[in-house]
Amino acid sequence: MTERFTKAAARNIFYGGSLFFFATFVALTALSHLYIVNTSTDKAGLNDAVARGKHVWEKNACINCHTILGEGAYFAPELGNVWKRYGGDKDHDGAVTALKGWMAAQPSGIQGRRQMPQFNLTEQEVEDLAAFLEWTSRINTQNWPPKLSG
Amino acid sequence: MKYESQKVALWYFAAAMGLFAVQILVGLLAGAVYVMPNLLSELVPFNIIRMIHTNALIVWLLIGFFGAAYYLIPEEAETELHSPTLALVQLGLFVFGALAAVVGYLFRIYEGREFLEQPTWIKAAIVVVALMFLYNITLTLIKGRRTVITNILLVGMWGIAIFFLFSFYNPSNLALDKMYWWYVVHLWVEGVWELVLASILAFLMIKMTGVDREIVEKWLYAIVGLALFSGILGTGHHYYWIGTPGYWQWIGSIFSALEVAPFFTMVVFAFMMVWKSGRRHPNKAAMLWSLGCSVFAFFGAGVWGFLHTLAPINYYTHGTQVTAAHGHLAFFGAYAMINFAIITYAMPYLRGRQPYNQLLNMWSFWLMCGGMAFMTFVLTVAGVVQTHLQRVLGMDYMEVQEQIALFYWMRLGAGVIVGVGVVLFLYSIFGPAREERPASIPTNYQPAE
Ligand code: HEM
Ligand code: HEM
Ligand SMILES: [Fe+2]
Repeated sequence: MTERFTKAAARNIFYGGSLFFFATFVALTALSHLYIVNTSTDKAGLNDAVARGKHVWEKNACINCHTILGEGAYFAPELGNVWKRYGGDKDHDGAVTALKGWMAAQPSGIQGRRQMPQFNLTEQEVEDLAAFLEWTSRINTQNWPPKLSG
Repeated sequence: MKYESQKVALWYFAAAMGLFAVQILVGLLAGAVYVMPNLLSELVPFNIIRMIHTNALIVWLLIGFFGAAYYLIPEEAETELHSPTLALVQLGLFVFGALAAVVGYLFRIYEGREFLEQPTWIKAAIVVVALMFLYNITLTLIKGRRTVITNILLVGMWGIAIFFLFSFYNPSNLALDKMYWWYVVHLWVEGVWELVLASILAFLMIKMTGVDREIVEKWLYAIVGLALFSGILGTGHHYYWIGTPGYWQWIGSIFSALEVAPFFTMVVFAFMMVWKSGRRHPNKAAMLWSLGCSVFAFFGAGVWGFLHTLAPINYYTHGTQVTAAHGHLAFFGAYAMINFAIITYAMPYLRGRQPYNQLLNMWSFWLMCGGMAFMTFVLTVAGVVQTHLQRVLGMDYMEVQEQIALFYWMRLGAGVIVGVGVVLFLYSIFGPAREERPASIPTNYQPAE
């Protein structure tokens, strides 16, 4: 009898505890959801160009070479702060031009250097991509990454 | 093997191992591109190679889980599967979806979120596949005996299907996208997949050690309880730097540090059961994989996870080769190895043979495990150097990569050793096997089988 009781107790603790922790987690993510939408990201700046730029980012699977905010592949540099590396926070148009130049120059074809593909993006697509990267660079990331190098 | 319908597992295991071979070949290619960057760079760029490597991994692990469930549920429930035909249709659809995805990737058709690259229609097909599976095993369990093992397995499988639904949500706010992306990725590998892992391990322990079911079941509850109590809030270790609030640095650090506990408990559980029983199961290779799985999962997920899970450390190591090192040993130790364990255990029954090719199989164990351990070690060193140069000194990413090129050569070398182990494993499992199981001896001399 006691044997049975113990197993039933173990079962109840497992299911009850898991539900409790899951409910706590959902509540905390709900709070975080509001925090992201209202505080840590630029709500007003999230316009169509940014949304289209995110789509360009996804359609070309940039994430499978690069990281963005530290997540993705480790084959190529972090791009969450590339806008700042390009000096876009000081010279917006200069950074857009630099990005256009970069995308057009790929692949470099240099022997022994990692290659980035030619994505044949339109003028508009690169501008959207720039809008997305700029918007991303302004997310409050608790001061990550530690250095501009990403 | 007592039930005819368990045979469907054979097809699942074969499909899983086929995709595993693809994963390893493509992984070797990815490792080669790291050191010979001009290789195939125009035809099949690195991003496509990588998504095939990781997608093949996830799909073969899932197929392996399905196969394991179809193998063990009839034996646990003491009844035939509700519909073996449906199980085979389900497999056909899944394999078709996986192959269609790979071909699509080669033609630049993908959705471009890490691990969730599949086009929407393939994601939908995956949901259909999951529902077919859940329907089939739920109906089987309703008419049969229900055990703690089948209950936990079922909860785990439902969880896999439910959390996958978050893959359909892709808001244009990148921070939100990332937060819910982890609902799939983290709540899978550090949540519901652990339930599947622990229940398969518990099944293997009951069968191979013959220890009393009551005891095994209490351990199982302890393991899965620890897993979910720590792992759910442990998701916070991914919410440090993506635009989520600062409180996650505390919650994530504390709870994810506790995630070591279920993995440690699994090691104690597995070794205790073997030690307690004192029985020698004839399938030594299956025993080796089972015990090895608990140990490698503990090191890969537990130790290598803990290494970079505290927020002040993760601030520096986030998204470096340290992450890659951990990702490899964790996936391999926990989820690849539990598949090798159940496959090695079940194949002799599925093929109607005595345990066969044991020595070869055990050689493959040492080659694969040795290779993966070495790969993890060199990537960890690469990651520490990278962290220091790039995150502390602020050196440019590409310059840093040149500094650590040597470690990428060693990773490729380690990968070749793993590859040899894989060939041996596949041959030992699917290759010729003599010694038929004599018809007079029942295949299940309970409880130790
Ligand atoms: C022949 C052996 C292997 C080689 C050479 C290899 C190579 C690679 C490479 C080069 C990457 C991309 C890393 C990057 O983004 O920079 C990768 C990613 C990955 N591989 Fe492998 N791999 C091998 C075997 C495996 C095995 C056996 C597993 C698991 C069972 C595995 C799981 C993964 C995972 C999960 C990722 C993504 C890691 C992350 O996002 O952090 N690989 N692999
Ligand atoms: C079997 C279980 C586990 C598997 C398969 C696994 C796999 C992975 C993978 C593939 C990633 C990289 C994700 C990406 O691409 O961004 C990752 C990240 C991470 N894992 Fe695990 N993991 C497991 C368990 C754990 C545990 C138990 C801990 C902590 C104790 C942990 C701590 C971490 C941390 C902190 C990161 C983020 C690394 C970063 O900031 O770049 N993992 N894990
Ligand atoms: Fe995690």
